[in-house]
Amino acid sequence: MDKKKFGIREVVAIGIGTALFVVLTEVQIPIGIPNTALQPRMAVLAFLSAVFGPIVGAVIGLLGHALGDALFYGSVWWSWVFPEAVVGAAIGAIAGRLKVREGGFGKSQIILFNCVQIVANAAAWIVVAPILDILVYAEPANKVFIQGAFAWLGDVLIIGILGTILLAAYSKIAGKSSSLKKED
Amino acid sequence: MARSRLLSYTEKNTPIHRLSGITKLVFFLLWCITSAMTYDTRVLLVMIAVSFILFAVSKTKWRQVGGVFKFILLMMIINVIAIFLLSPYQGCDIYGSRTVIAHLFAGHDLTREELFYLFNVVIKYFTVTPAIFIFMVTTNPSEFAASLNMAGIPYTIAYSVSIALRYIPDVQDDYRRIHNAQEARGIEMSGKAKLMDRIRHTSAIIFPLLFSTMERIDVVSNAMELRGFGKKKKRTWYAHKKLTGSDYAALIFTVVFCAAALFFTFYDGSRFYNPFAG
Repeated sequence: MDKKKFGIREVVAIGIGTALFVVLTEVQIPIGIPNTALQPRMAVLAFLSAVFGPIVGAVIGLLGHALGDALFYGSVWWSWVFPEAVVGAAIGAIAGRLKVREGGFGKSQIILFNCVQIVANAAAWIVVAPILDILVYAEPANKVFIQGAFAWLGDVLIIGILGTILLAAYSKIAGKSSSLKKED
Repeated sequence: MARSRLLSYTEKNTPIHRLSGITKLVFFLLWCITSAMTYDTRVLLVMIAVSFILFAVSKTKWRQVGGVFKFILLMMIINVIAIFLLSPYQGCDIYGSRTVIAHLFAGHDLTREELFYLFNVVIKYFTVTPAIFIFMVTTNPSEFAASLNMAGIPYTIAYSVSIALRYIPDVQDDYRRIHNAQEARGIEMSGKAKLMDRIRHTSAIIFPLLFSTMERIDVVSNAMELRGFGKKKKRTWYAHKKLTGSDYAALIFTVVFCAAALFFTFYDGSRFYNPFAG
């Protein structure tokens, strides 16, 4: 990784990553439970967090969810925006150990990645989101926790399957071209 | 190529378009916070009235927002039904009384309190919608980034926001192109396919899209590096607008209105307006 934590690459990654996240808002895979769908954009968020780190992950989650909601649904459900940043930041926090860009995303990294994403999603959708729903929107507790549980399940599934495949594939390609080290 | 139902900026010359981006952002954020805090029916109704007046002033056409609006309506109906099925007496808990209108089925009596609560949930949602429509269709993305920076946000972050807004249409075109190409190759994208197949087929779009995005990130950041982005502490903005008298007037109105709304909501100690207390 670069010595500078927040350089031009990160600025651009936030911008274009957010754009990608927003565009993918409309891609949803229904799983038969009303109002719940697998969101491929979550896999993309996990991917970008794992490659670019916690700040990029958190900002893409926050900005992407707020913008995506606003542009597609004409409203922003704030209590579900902030948990998205939690997921991005948590996965981004282990970016250094996943070694995606160095081509080192192997078995143990896959296990680490999935453990962290399961815990991060649980914190986001079963703890933060329902509590904010109750505080801000005074919605009934059982409803928001059921919703949160389904969101958790859906996100864990899509990140676990699609996110892992994306990271593994990218790590293979990126590893080849970055085998040369830049001299300082 | 099919146009999506995405909201987007449209150039017009109205008092709201002429306001600076930062004024609209402050309005939008304070409006959201106020709407999130209050559950007072009277305050919410006034807020809806104000936002529809602004909506009319901004000369936003129905066809700019109609598609999105219908979608919200559908989401709202599903949400209301879900609340009623899972928690038919939430309203009674909040307002502390119970007036049964009709018995529906086991454990689900229709009460006036619940109906009133659900009505509040719906109007609370709709106080924010016009504000977002106005913000999205009247704010020029470049000018918005400039005014974010003027408001004290580091210009690197402001630039990220600007890039995001700038690249949404491009990435969307990429998405459509890849989507069409994969469909032409016979990959089924509609609801007819099975769940695992749909995940596989979706990844047939995500893969090329994500990798072309990674490439784009490289290209753009190299271009910016070559032009010396981030070397200096400050930068100037082509699209920068100075705050005018009407900006200050709008800001003062927003702050006063939101403060008054919150004061009115909380001065009796509860965020709910209770018509059942008698």
